[in-house]
Amino acid sequence: MTDTIAALASGRPPAALAIIRISGPAALAVVQRLAGRVPPPRRLSLCRLHHAGQLLDEALVAVFPGPASASGEDLAELHLHGGPAVVAGVLDAVTAQPGVRLAEPGEYTRRAFANGRMDLAQVEGLADLVSAETASQRDQALALAGGALGRLADAWRERCLNVLAEAEAGLDFAEDEADVAERLDEAAREQLTAMADELAAVIADATRAMRIRDGLSIAVTGPPNVGKSSLVNALAMRDVAIVTAIPGTTRDAIEVPIDLAGVAAVLIDTAGLRDTDDPVEAIGIARARARAAAADLVISVSSAEAPAWPDTAGLRLLNKCDLAAPGVPPDVLRVSAATGAGLPALRDWLADWAHRLTRPGEPALLAHARHRAAFADAKAALRDAALAPEPVLRAEALRLAAHAFGRIAGRVGVDDVLDRIFSRFCIGK
Amino acid sequence: MREYDVIIVGAGHAGCEAAAAAARRGARVALVTLRADDPGTLSCNPAVGGIGKGHLVTEIDALGGIMGRVTDAARLQSRLLNRSKGPAVHGPRAQVDRALYRAAMAAVLAEFPGLSIVTAAVEGLVLDQGRITGVETSAGHLAAPAVVLTTGTFLGGVMHIGSQREAGGRVGAQASDLGAALRAMGLPVSRLKTGTPARLDGRSIDWSVLEWQHGDGDDPRFSRFGQRNGHPPIPCAITRTNAETHRIIRDHLGESALYGGHIDSVGPRYCPSIEDKVVRFGDRDGHQIFLEPEGYDDISIYPNGLSTSLPLHVQEKFIRSIRGLEQVAIMRPGYAIEYDHVDPRALTPGLAARAVPGLFLAGQINGTTGYEEAAAQGLVAGANAAALALGLPDLIVDRTQAYIGVMIDDLTLHGVAEPYRMFTSRAEYRLRLRADNADQRLTPLGEALGLVPAAQAAAFAAEQAERERARTLLNSLTATPHQLASHGIEVRQDGQSRSLFEWLRFPAVTHEAARRVWPELATVSDDLLASLAVDANYAAYIARQEAEVAALRRDEALALPAGLDFATVAGLSKEMVERLSRARPQTLGAASRVPGITPAALIALLPHTSRRNPELAA
Ligand SMILES: Cc1cc2nc3c(=O)[nH]c(=O)nc-3n(C[C@H](O)[C@H](O)[C@H](O)COP(=O)(O)OP(=O)(O)OC[C@H]3O[C@@H](n4cnc5c(N)ncnc54)[C@H](O)[C@@H]3O)c2cc1C
Ligand SMILES: Nc1nc2c(ncn2[C@@H]2O[C@H](COP(=O)(O)OP(=O)(O)O)[C@@H](O)[C@H]2O)c(=O)[nH]1
Ligand SMILES: [Mg+2]
Repeated sequence: MTDTIAALASGRPPAALAIIRISGPAALAVVQRLAGRVPPPRRLSLCRLHHAGQLLDEALVAVFPGPASASGEDLAELHLHGGPAVVAGVLDAVTAQPGVRLAEPGEYTRRAFANGRMDLAQVEGLADLVSAETASQRDQALALAGGALGRLADAWRERCLNVLAEAEAGLDFAEDEADVAERLDEAAREQLTAMADELAAVIADATRAMRIRDGLSIAVTGPPNVGKSSLVNALAMRDVAIVTAIPGTTRDAIEVPIDLAGVAAVLIDTAGLRDTDDPVEAIGIARARARAAAADLVISVSSAEAPAWPDTAGLRLLNKCDLAAPGVPPDVLRVSAATGAGLPALRDWLADWAHRLTRPGEPALLAHARHRAAFADAKAALRDAALAPEPVLRAEALRLAAHAFGRIAGRVGVDDVLDRIFSRFCIGK
Repeated sequence: MREYDVIIVGAGHAGCEAAAAAARRGARVALVTLRADDPGTLSCNPAVGGIGKGHLVTEIDALGGIMGRVTDAARLQSRLLNRSKGPAVHGPRAQVDRALYRAAMAAVLAEFPGLSIVTAAVEGLVLDQGRITGVETSAGHLAAPAVVLTTGTFLGGVMHIGSQREAGGRVGAQASDLGAALRAMGLPVSRLKTGTPARLDGRSIDWSVLEWQHGDGDDPRFSRFGQRNGHPPIPCAITRTNAETHRIIRDHLGESALYGGHIDSVGPRYCPSIEDKVVRFGDRDGHQIFLEPEGYDDISIYPNGLSTSLPLHVQEKFIRSIRGLEQVAIMRPGYAIEYDHVDPRALTPGLAARAVPGLFLAGQINGTTGYEEAAAQGLVAGANAAALALGLPDLIVDRTQAYIGVMIDDLTLHGVAEPYRMFTSRAEYRLRLRADNADQRLTPLGEALGLVPAAQAAAFAAEQAERERARTLLNSLTATPHQLASHGIEVRQDGQSRSLFEWLRFPAVTHEAARRVWPELATVSDDLLASLAVDANYAAYIARQEAEVAALRRDEALALPAGLDFATVAGLSKEMVERLSRARPQTLGAASRVPGITPAALIALLPHTSRRNPELAA
């Protein structure tokens, strides 16, 4: 028989409330034993929880009989007062019941998946949702957890299978209806090319999805002592990077997450770019150049003390505008990390830029490298299918394409990706 | 009372192949059948092979089986179907002379000294403490530790012509009620149906208005070791149904056994009756009909595509509306037949009934249709019945090795919802499983199990050595695009030097052209060069499939305990438990192919697996 699992689903006590979730065949029996009754399904009911003759808590209890529950099994939630002693007492009482044990990380989700309540992409979406920090990450994760990617992949898989079915008919039934095969051939070639082109557009959008999920990267570069670290601290509104008057203070790239009007981004404070004999600083400078090259945006900072206007595709900033600076070009933003002057304008500029790149109103679905790889494999297979020199090879390529889409929802094959996903979950989710 | 090692019940296609396989492994075999002339009887279409089915015949041959040899000896004409679709789906097919087929089968069976044919009706199975010990027949008791049931459509067979119904396994043969005995032993039995067209008197057909279809000039054979019969090939004629034919059928649909409500079991969607075709594809202006001769000295014509269960007077009317058949005389009406079959999920991959030690099932009784499907199962069941009786290793063929493996895996894991027929699309490793390499795939296995006669094994070894030599030669001969151009061969000038094996993939490098560039090729035969060119063409795809095959083999090596109670496996939902209990997969790989099984369910099964000897799985 399947075990019944229990765990604290809310944050660490003490807290105002704590929620314990129980999932499995014994869930309702546990409620019966502790509360003396099983309240009506899917409604919060006030119950007094007893164990071994002892009142443990006065709690709100909800039961969700399977299979129409989040885990697909019988499920109960106990909403407790969130003191450590209450939580420990109730958890002990719950796990003392026959057939009940503490859940392992990710076990609820794994059961939901096992019971067909979620497909693989939904599981990934749920993981993203749990760790979402910005509004756009949340929207995207919700779409994923809601099954939007699974549906998209299924629709594509369906299309591949439809063409495949026709191709296979040409191979297996040529005997019966001789005209089937020839008729299919030309139409199939065009259809497949069109499908591959369409997929290419979907994949192009994947960069956007990854940016929403992983955050945009912004490298702050410039010569030493222009105030890069001060700017990063000012934008993040906390002191993360060390600021001194000594040039060469920042040795390694420091990453600071910030929220740009709902879009996640990472500010990368880098070592000042200059010629140096210090081997440690030299490594820092090489890293700074590498980070700048990979970043979505490079901010080149100079200071009013020594204005310089490097030629760059990114944003040019003049810091220390509290000091006098002559002849500043019009597209250079003037700010002062010390006084805060110009910082609101800089924030607006960055938010604008972030929204242009991520269009947070439109959820993008291919947020994980796994998704992008599957779609890219499918696209390549569709191109192969269009160009296949013989019908049997076309069918083979179509099979691969359908298989690639099936991987998104976990419809085919077991792979270690599963375990990795499940282990990302904290207990009780 | 006589002692046998193996008793085969029914001398149809499954039974004959089973008897021969058991005999090749050294078993003393009794082949018990209703009528002396049963062996080699083609109850329906006088043709063997075709798309997917042709693969099965070449595989049977590669395992030392007899169907290919018998077909080669009885052929009227042969063709390679799907010639333009790619070598992986080439389907060799032969039309045969019924009488010659029967004679050739009798001759081949007579080659086995340990095989006796017993003409009798088997009336019951004899068990001792749940194990098979023999059979009860109309001619007395026969004892053997292993029994193979291959009774075809005879279990509870009922034939329908219009509203007329009659018990029987096919026209002129009695039905059998062994079905009740199987039910009593706890085997799941259900019903299926199939049909056959009327037979026409060839002398009443106006051949002068019809189009002819000839066999292929190179007359492809199934067996490298078969003999041809020396008769000239004879053609088929082609005609079509028309709007009038369809109107007549539509007007009388209510009188059809299928549509009049007399039959409600399931028939094959891919081999529809003409009623089905008119109902489902009524918008088509006509359906192609092949008029196939049934023999050299036979006036009977088989109208392929006109299977029906309409009453005789309607059959007459619609057949006569077809061009060339206006005056035709019907020798025997078409009919539909309903019969019992056993749910093949009750069987192991070796075709043994799990519930009844010593009992094996093969052929149409397992829910398949077709001679080739039956024969292929017969070979496996016969080989394993002999294994049980003589303590030899089992013959287990998996999906990556052969169409035979695909079929048995499908049957034992999915069961059947309609009569199961082989298609190439059922084989996911189709590019590897070709008719042209069946011997490379299976002969070594067959030889190791004592299924392949010594002469065949020796010939195969010689061919393989020759193939290796040629392959090495092809890899050692190289040329640049420039060098090819100097011989007038147009290829892209990318400056890349390639081996001849690689060049064979390029359409411009024809075999004649290759022979011009490399005179050394004179030592390689045309057939061998063609076969190596197929390898070259598929090389990239096959390399990719190898990875999948390796993964599958890994999962196949993870065995699930035979008696595992899936309800006790932690983390399996009720639905998964149900699906797994019905199909009883023996390995994790098999479990993954049970329909509807989720990846998470497989993870839940993982702790229950144990690693099998990888030699066996490979
Ligand atoms: C009407 C009809 C139409 C068909 N149409 C097609 C078609 O269009 N295409 C196609 O591919 N296939 C068709 N088939 C299927 C094909 O004929 C069978 O699948 C194939 O012959 C099955 O082989 P088998 O060895 O399982 O059984 P069979 O060839 O049927 O042989 C069964 C044997 O068992 C013997 N037997 C039965 N009961 C007993 C008993 N109690 N004791 C002793 N002997 C017994 C019988 O005498 C017979 O020799 C058709 C079959 C029928 C009957
Ligand atoms: N006047 C003035 N000084 C600043 C400003 N921003 C930074 N500084 C000073 O410049 C020095 C170097 O700053 P830091 O952030 O470490 O520069 P970095 O080397 O580019 O990271 C420090 O002494 C800061 O106090 C500014 O806007 N105005
Ligand atoms: Mg710094």
